[in-house]
Amino acid sequence: MSRGTLIDLLYLVAALTFVLALKGLGSPKRARHGNMVAAAGMLLAIVATFFNRVDGHPLHHVLLIVLGMAVGLVVAVPTARFVQMTAMPQLVAIFNGVGGGAACLVSLTEFIHIKSTKPATYVVLEVLLGVLIGTVSFSGSAIAFAKLQELMTGRPVTYAGQQFINALIGAAALAVIVMALVTSSTALLWVLLAVAFVLGIAFVLPIGGADVPVLISLLNSFTGLAVAASGFTLGSNLLIVAGTLVGASGTLLTMLMSKAMGRSLPNILFSAFGSVVTAGPGSGAEQRSVRSGTPEDVAVMLGFASRVVFIPGYGLAVAQAQNVLRELAENLEKKGVEVFYAIHPVAGRMPGHMNVLLAEANVPYDDLIEMDEANSELTTADVAIVVGANDTVNPAANDDPGSPIYGMPIIHADAAENVIFMKRSMRPGFAGIDNELLYNPKTTLVFGDAKDTLTKIVAAVKAS
Amino acid sequence: MTNLLLQYATVFLLSVFVGIEIISKVPSILHTPLMSGSNAIHGVILVGSMLILGAANTHAEEVLGFLAVILATLNVVGGFVVTDRMLEMFKPRTPRAKPGASTEASEHPKGGEA
Repeated sequence: MSRGTLIDLLYLVAALTFVLALKGLGSPKRARHGNMVAAAGMLLAIVATFFNRVDGHPLHHVLLIVLGMAVGLVVAVPTARFVQMTAMPQLVAIFNGVGGGAACLVSLTEFIHIKSTKPATYVVLEVLLGVLIGTVSFSGSAIAFAKLQELMTGRPVTYAGQQFINALIGAAALAVIVMALVTSSTALLWVLLAVAFVLGIAFVLPIGGADVPVLISLLNSFTGLAVAASGFTLGSNLLIVAGTLVGASGTLLTMLMSKAMGRSLPNILFSAFGSVVTAGPGSGAEQRSVRSGTPEDVAVMLGFASRVVFIPGYGLAVAQAQNVLRELAENLEKKGVEVFYAIHPVAGRMPGHMNVLLAEANVPYDDLIEMDEANSELTTADVAIVVGANDTVNPAANDDPGSPIYGMPIIHADAAENVIFMKRSMRPGFAGIDNELLYNPKTTLVFGDAKDTLTKIVAAVKAS
Repeated sequence: MTNLLLQYATVFLLSVFVGIEIISKVPSILHTPLMSGSNAIHGVILVGSMLILGAANTHAEEVLGFLAVILATLNVVGGFVVTDRMLEMFKPRTPRAKPGASTEASEHPKGGEA
């Protein structure tokens, strides 16, 4: 067997591990194993590549390649290892963005390499698509990162004629592509790079913070497609398979995520959701009467309960209160109270994010129940405790066709006998919408930092 | 030449169907790790980056290729590590009856890493 065939065979094995890994990632039991399998396949492909030949000679610049890898390793490992779990979404965004950037550079460099051989039109098209999609993914992910990291406002950024201007930028990108196809000029490739960079930014700016996770998933599939495009240019089946797998599954995942939010993908991408917040949510809201209680009141209420459901949201993680919440659950269970955690599909900032955050605090996986099951459990629950969640329990999603979140499936906290709503203030949630549940006669509000409040409740429960 | 293009197109189309088929039944709690895992998989662009840097003849190609290798390494390494960190959390329920014994047992294999 020749060296080339052997390497191709190893690439085939790597591609196979990626398929198996994606399959494994779909089941809680095999997910971690699946990720390891993909990592092993990736390592195999990388090692094999060192022995590959290009243009009939072994790889040049091997030292430079190793140096580049070393730089990447030194930056990536500590970042990925030690960044707070709450910052996971923006971390995924940035690692996705650099992948898009790399795909763009690969297409670009390959074009510079082969342009003297007068490549066929379809090759130029592959290059142009790789540059366009890769760059959009890169600059779009950078803005998504900035929004989640709160380097800029998380609210949609809108201006007059925005959709028209965005359409114009998109049309400009297409025009450059057509011109580049006709003339095969390298200069136009750089123009396309610049236009695509602006397009990525303009595309992401009007998308609100709460929708950014769906956007990241979409950009993830963009990067996959950009990788597939460079695979076409380089003639690499491995890149085509891996890139396309991610592109296709990422697109489907994006649609599943928008479905979990009860909205369509175009609605998320183009409606500047959350920007049309009622003027001054504080002003009208605070004049309505709410019932508030102390942590001690809550402890008494819990003392009489036999079934308690926690409904956690991102605010729980911001307050770093997962551990105290688990402690409360354990103390209640000791007293014979049944405890569940009701997890909304988009609780946290990404679907499944809340499961990760709770698992980090050693909350048993089996105590977490998904929305549909939670809603049937809640009808027999004595107390529902909302901690750091807001939009995911907002009844407006069911009752108010005028509300921006109308149609989103929610957890019916108000189905429980009593609702305890822990809040820092009367401020509305991530999506910027007022919540009817706060004024429900069943609801007791406990103001204050979630961690402080929970700690006090734990102390009171222990004492009782 | 057209034959090659056709072959790549075949691979592309089949991969589209595999990609869709494979994740159609994923529980929503795994959406985030799945996104992160597929993020790591498109880090395979590192292989492409190595090939273009390995073929580089001019300074421009060297610079761009070197940059591509760094970015792709960030993608692939960061992607896998973040995903593993997320999935590390999905431990099966440990029997609560004897917390002392079970934590000791589960802590040991971890020591070898890093």
